[in-house]
Amino acid sequence: MGLRVENLRVYYRTLRGYVRALEGATFSVADGEIMGLAGESGCGKTTLGHSLIYLKPPMTYIEGRVFLDGREVPIWDMKRMNEFRFRRISIIPQYAMNALNPTRKIGRMIAELLAAHNVDFNEILPELKRRLDLVQLSHDVLNMYPIELSGGMRQRVVMVISTLLNPSLLIADEITSALDVSTQKAVCEMIVEFRNRGFVRSTIFITHDISILYQIADTIAVMYAGQMAEKAPTEVILRSPRHPYTRMLIASLPRVGARYRQERLHGIPGAPPRLLDPPPGCRFRDRCPVAFERCQETPPFVEVEPGHFIACWREI
Amino acid sequence: MGRYLGRKLLIYLLTFFFAVTIDWLIPRLMPGNPVDTMIARMALRADVAEVLRSYYIRAFQLDLPLWQQYLNFWIALFRGDLGVSTWLFPQPVIAVIYRAVPYDLLLLLPAILLSWIAGNQVGAMAARVRWLDNTILPLGYILTATPYMWLALLLAWALGHVAGLFPIAGAYSFNIRPHLSWLFIQDLLWHWFLPFTSLFLVMFGGWAIGMRNMIIYELEADYSRYLEALGAPQRLIRKYAFRNAMLPQITGLALQLGAIVAGALATEIVFAYPGTGYLILQAVQNQDYFLLQGCFLFIITGVLLANFIIDIIYALVDPRTRLGMTGE
Repeated sequence: MGLRVENLRVYYRTLRGYVRALEGATFSVADGEIMGLAGESGCGKTTLGHSLIYLKPPMTYIEGRVFLDGREVPIWDMKRMNEFRFRRISIIPQYAMNALNPTRKIGRMIAELLAAHNVDFNEILPELKRRLDLVQLSHDVLNMYPIELSGGMRQRVVMVISTLLNPSLLIADEITSALDVSTQKAVCEMIVEFRNRGFVRSTIFITHDISILYQIADTIAVMYAGQMAEKAPTEVILRSPRHPYTRMLIASLPRVGARYRQERLHGIPGAPPRLLDPPPGCRFRDRCPVAFERCQETPPFVEVEPGHFIACWREI
Repeated sequence: MGRYLGRKLLIYLLTFFFAVTIDWLIPRLMPGNPVDTMIARMALRADVAEVLRSYYIRAFQLDLPLWQQYLNFWIALFRGDLGVSTWLFPQPVIAVIYRAVPYDLLLLLPAILLSWIAGNQVGAMAARVRWLDNTILPLGYILTATPYMWLALLLAWALGHVAGLFPIAGAYSFNIRPHLSWLFIQDLLWHWFLPFTSLFLVMFGGWAIGMRNMIIYELEADYSRYLEALGAPQRLIRKYAFRNAMLPQITGLALQLGAIVAGALATEIVFAYPGTGYLILQAVQNQDYFLLQGCFLFIITGVLLANFIIDIIYALVDPRTRLGMTGE
């Protein structure tokens, strides 16, 4: 079953008009799939992640439908979404280290949050303790204030809290961005472990670091300027990408063993368009080496091979 | 916790020492001296006046060098002796202040506590109710910018003089003797209403604005967003925000105490309310060193004590202070 998103369009309302941050995203995430969502800053990946759980102004729902386990998710309705949040859809936010109330003991905060969802804290306590063990935290943290924990410990606490009710969908938003590499690895392993143990079914792992996705993601979706560019199994994206943006993105990754004193790192010339007033058609057109007239129209996101989706007129 | 309070206590003792020293010094820097004022009031023959003058100068030890007066002052202070009032000679200063203190407490404690509680509640409500925000915010800004004395004058004029609803002077009617009866308590409250209201309103504005801004800030904080994303009810999020927004308000209370007391003094003068403020005015006009000293000493002690209590409360409600992790 998993997650299915159809033609999701979410804009930001600003004084100067709508910022078209997410333009017609269509994709699905299967049960047990960890989908990496990659792209540069401002390409709409966080907008996509947040809109699935917490679509709050200035974010504005324009159109599109979301189905989770065959049930429609009313993402445009802040109130009705409460029944999905935490239980069915959960998030590990980008600011996980500051996500806990500084003046409440962690255990008490969890109890109060659970009570709001009609879950008895004492009933779930044994499971909570098992999960704290799993992320190598002492049970004492429940009796501590967030300030008594290090940033990494706080993030692990948040990871445990967010997945405590075994959500069908977990959104991990840039959770490795502020970490050193060894902690990054530990966090990534936890995400995989959570999936393997069935704590979460589908995961959307948002990051701009493709090398991390190579370690943990089953599939990778690449976004560019608010549009889905390509989605395929991780190996395919990395070995044989077909969208010109993905190809240039992968080509620009540093290779192990290469000496960049002799051979300079390559980037993609140009900059993404302004999303306040984006050009019609394919938004990568201006930077694309293979663009042609057809690119004036928006390319559809179509499946060219099983599980491999591309939005590019050259490839379909 | 112990170390935190120990350090605070040390700071307060130092503050007390310097404040009391300044308190002792200031009246002595005023031109003139209390004995001359006292003698002038008696309207005596010149030679008798001179004899009496030299007697009083010695009696009040004003002939000693300043440093010795200062030392004697501290010694007497530790014995609980604040000297004798020259204005109300020969009543001891302690007795004069002792009579005034109940009125200060009657006025200040309810005004400070009620305005703080009401301001916090209304401010928190204003943070989420649009129409309340549109009315309370401008009103609060006007109130908090109003000098205590000016609002007191305005109320005395409008409700006392023009409308004639409330008396504008004294703590009770002249024809009533203080005693425990409903009649007296009614009369007391009737006289108390205007000074209380003028203090309450000014402080209320400040607290309401502070709380509104803090709540809005807290509701935007990461922990609030996380709770919201996990579908926590608004009730829980607001509870957390309110609790955390209270902390700066408690600090604000400690910081504001001095200004509040000063405002209360002005208010007491406007309404001729027989508290310390009224005494200070009389002491200044009569060059009564000892009474002035005593009044300020009482205020210094009161403010420092209140600050210390607030510090303790703060440590109790904020784990960050209690755990000594903020470098406080």
